[in-house]
Amino acid sequence: MNRQSLTVQLRRFQSLLALVLMVAALSAASPNFLTVDNTLNVLRQISINLCLSLGMTLVILSGGIDLSVGSVLALAGAVAAGLLKNGLALPSLNLLIQVTVPGAIVVGLGVGMVLGWANGVAVTRFKLPPFVATLGMLSIARGLTMLWTGGFPVTGLGDDFGWLGTGHWLGIPVPVWISVALVGACLLLTRRTPFGRHLYAVGGNERAATLSGLAVNRIKIMVYLLGGALAAVAGLLVTARLDSATPNAGLGYELDSIAAVVIGGTSLAGGRGSILGTVLGCLIIGVLNNGLFLLNVSPFWQQVVKGAVILVAVAADKAGSRRDH
Amino acid sequence: MNEPAANPHVPRPLLEARGISKSFPGVRALDDVQITVHPGRLNALLGENGAGKSTLMNILAGVFPPDAGEILLAGQPVRFKNPRAAQQAGIAIIFQELNLVPGLTIAENIFLGREPRTASGLLDAARMNREAAALLAEVELDADPRTPVGQLRVGAQQVVEIARALSLQARVIIMDEPTSAITRHEVAVLFRLIRQLKARGAGVIYITHKLDELKEIADDLTVFRDGRFIAARTFAGTSREEMVRLMVGRDLTDLFPKTSTPGTAERLRVQRLSLRHPGRPGDFLVRDVSFSVHAGEVLGLFGLMGAGRTELLQAIFGLHPRHATGEVWLDGRAVSPGSPRAAIAAGLALAPEDRQREGLVLSHSVAENATLACLAKICRYGLLQPAREQELVGGYVERLRIRTPTLRQAVRNLSGGNQQKVVLAKWLATEPRVLLLDEPTRGIDINAKKEIYTLVDELARAGLSVVMVSSELPEILAMSDRILVMATGGLTAEFGRGAATEEAIMQAALPAGKN
Ligand SMILES: Nc1ncnc2c1ncn2[C@@H]1O[C@H](COP(=O)(O)OP(=O)(O)OP(=O)(O)O)[C@@H](O)[C@H]1O
Ligand SMILES: [Mg+2]
Repeated sequence: MNRQSLTVQLRRFQSLLALVLMVAALSAASPNFLTVDNTLNVLRQISINLCLSLGMTLVILSGGIDLSVGSVLALAGAVAAGLLKNGLALPSLNLLIQVTVPGAIVVGLGVGMVLGWANGVAVTRFKLPPFVATLGMLSIARGLTMLWTGGFPVTGLGDDFGWLGTGHWLGIPVPVWISVALVGACLLLTRRTPFGRHLYAVGGNERAATLSGLAVNRIKIMVYLLGGALAAVAGLLVTARLDSATPNAGLGYELDSIAAVVIGGTSLAGGRGSILGTVLGCLIIGVLNNGLFLLNVSPFWQQVVKGAVILVAVAADKAGSRRDH
Repeated sequence: MNEPAANPHVPRPLLEARGISKSFPGVRALDDVQITVHPGRLNALLGENGAGKSTLMNILAGVFPPDAGEILLAGQPVRFKNPRAAQQAGIAIIFQELNLVPGLTIAENIFLGREPRTASGLLDAARMNREAAALLAEVELDADPRTPVGQLRVGAQQVVEIARALSLQARVIIMDEPTSAITRHEVAVLFRLIRQLKARGAGVIYITHKLDELKEIADDLTVFRDGRFIAARTFAGTSREEMVRLMVGRDLTDLFPKTSTPGTAERLRVQRLSLRHPGRPGDFLVRDVSFSVHAGEVLGLFGLMGAGRTELLQAIFGLHPRHATGEVWLDGRAVSPGSPRAAIAAGLALAPEDRQREGLVLSHSVAENATLACLAKICRYGLLQPAREQELVGGYVERLRIRTPTLRQAVRNLSGGNQQKVVLAKWLATEPRVLLLDEPTRGIDINAKKEIYTLVDELARAGLSVVMVSSELPEILAMSDRILVMATGGLTAEFGRGAATEEAIMQAALPAGKN
């Protein structure tokens, strides 16, 4: 019995253990790895994926999936950048509205929320499978980004906006602060609010949740809306960092964020998982990317290794949960 | 207990398990237990919820290995790596909880993993459906073998499980509470099949909480308590009182404590409630039902399976917004129709019939399940308060005597009866004004039944109104202040307490034209 409870304990820290081992191995292999600069660099790099993955975790916990996050990221970033650079022209009124940095940020977030809300409505009102609904949105939002930008990057957005992506506060990059704050908010949301419980329950057994009087559709719409908002945050950070919104921004990012969620032990079937697991998942992917880069491994091999890590992580998780069944 | 084995006229046991122990994190489920099955005999395994019955059956069927002990099949020690190995050795099991693939057809489920093939190796669907149809005829289930299992009612699915177990031609057949959800007729068919199995020389292990069934089929008894072996007897030599004493560990008197009397104020009024059949236009699942319940009253609702009792409760609870018509009034105020949310807010609670699919989130903890319908109560400034949750749930765990190592245990790991109690705890925690109970004692041991009856009585005395749907006549007769009978969607009779007899109720429950 003692042995068993020990394995249960160990399993909980499985991914943490994996991370620690990776960090130890990489710092032995490369003198540049465990430096303050590189650590902050890694943290800043993962902050984008972290924002996306937090939203993805909420969506997956509720029993859904969101394939559109990469495109939503692009559109939110492009809209904010476009408004900042060109203002909002209303030819019919012969009017040009200048948009400030906070204004652009608010509109960018709004774009993410509206697209997320639309995902939620498609899933609840029109009963589309989440995979299909968000696959449609992936294409729609990417197309809208192309239309909005005409296919060209929007650059030269100014230092105020750039500070979001490149600035520091107390020596730590601003995106890191933002993602840490969002992690805290999501932790609170999932662990200590009724809404958090609701979304776990909807993902765990939707029928039982309905019978318990939960407003299942409203909860789902809210979850997709949050997913869209967090994708928009990521979009603003990317745009600010590069001082440019490119129409191809965020291409394929949904895969990295799903990978982070899965490595973090969240069940794709819904109802089981955690925010902290996802944070670990993002760290593992980020450290892996960075480490392989420092070791001069070819980017092609990086992909292969990343895929293998995902498979090993999920297989280990499954083996563990089978044992106490 | 070695009596049959010592007798030279009795053949050697088919299956013997000795010294079996099994622990789960925090729980010692089995501690050195034994069971023996003889050819042509049925061994009834008895014990309270959580006694370890299903755990032993899972071990015998190869679902997981024991921590210690040995299993002898026809005298040979065996060790099953997985359920398939047990099946090939001749052990078939009907699990306590349904174990079918809802999207597959009846035939596909019955032959899952051993599908008949044509000479070229392709699936022989025609033969599979033909053989399945023959099996269904044998178990007297009136259904097309090509029907997806998910479309069948729970009882019919159970019959499909029985058909599958039969088709394995096993030497030992394990049945874990097979009758908890099936109709009287289906029970009669099952018992006929069991007799045929015994005549063929097969051995049966049969788990049930319905002691009255045993006289028709049982030959031997085995009793567990708290994961320990208590006794093995022959059925003929054991009285009902003794069985209960062996299971519970003490005498159990007065199973039905009925002290409450209804008040005079009307609490719930249901007016002309109808529910259209979602698939068949013009057909009704519930037909023009009107009744009322008083404060502190226990209203029994009897009917055969398919009479529409569950659908009636669901419609009252707002689960069928598009197909139901009629009104529900609570304390003189109309309950806005169409959502369980509104129903709960008005003071209704529904403990559903199918605890696993409708009552619980199986992967979540006892505490999370118990508070799901009343989260606002454990909140402060919009945040959940773990301490309050512990206190609230701890109170119900104690009051209902839910057996769980901690409040954080996943309900999936509780025994069936204890899961049922968690469902009850969840609804009591909402402090409802009217409690709708759909088969509240299904799969519950005799001691827990008594606890639930006592609780219902206590709640009714405190003014709660209870509507109790049950297929068990004795409990309906003993616990109700008034009894309504349903058949084919409509009310057919009403009896006051004391005025009802089993015969009169059964008469009213038979669909018109068939009596
Ligand atoms: N997978 C599991 N993990 C942890 N505990 C378990 C697991 N399976 C069973 N248990 C525990 O083992 C004990 C025995 O459970 P079991 O299901 O065998 O009871 P049972 O006799 O079949 O009861 P019931 O009559 O309610 O079906 C219970 O305390 C239960 O909580
Ligand atoms: Mg059991």
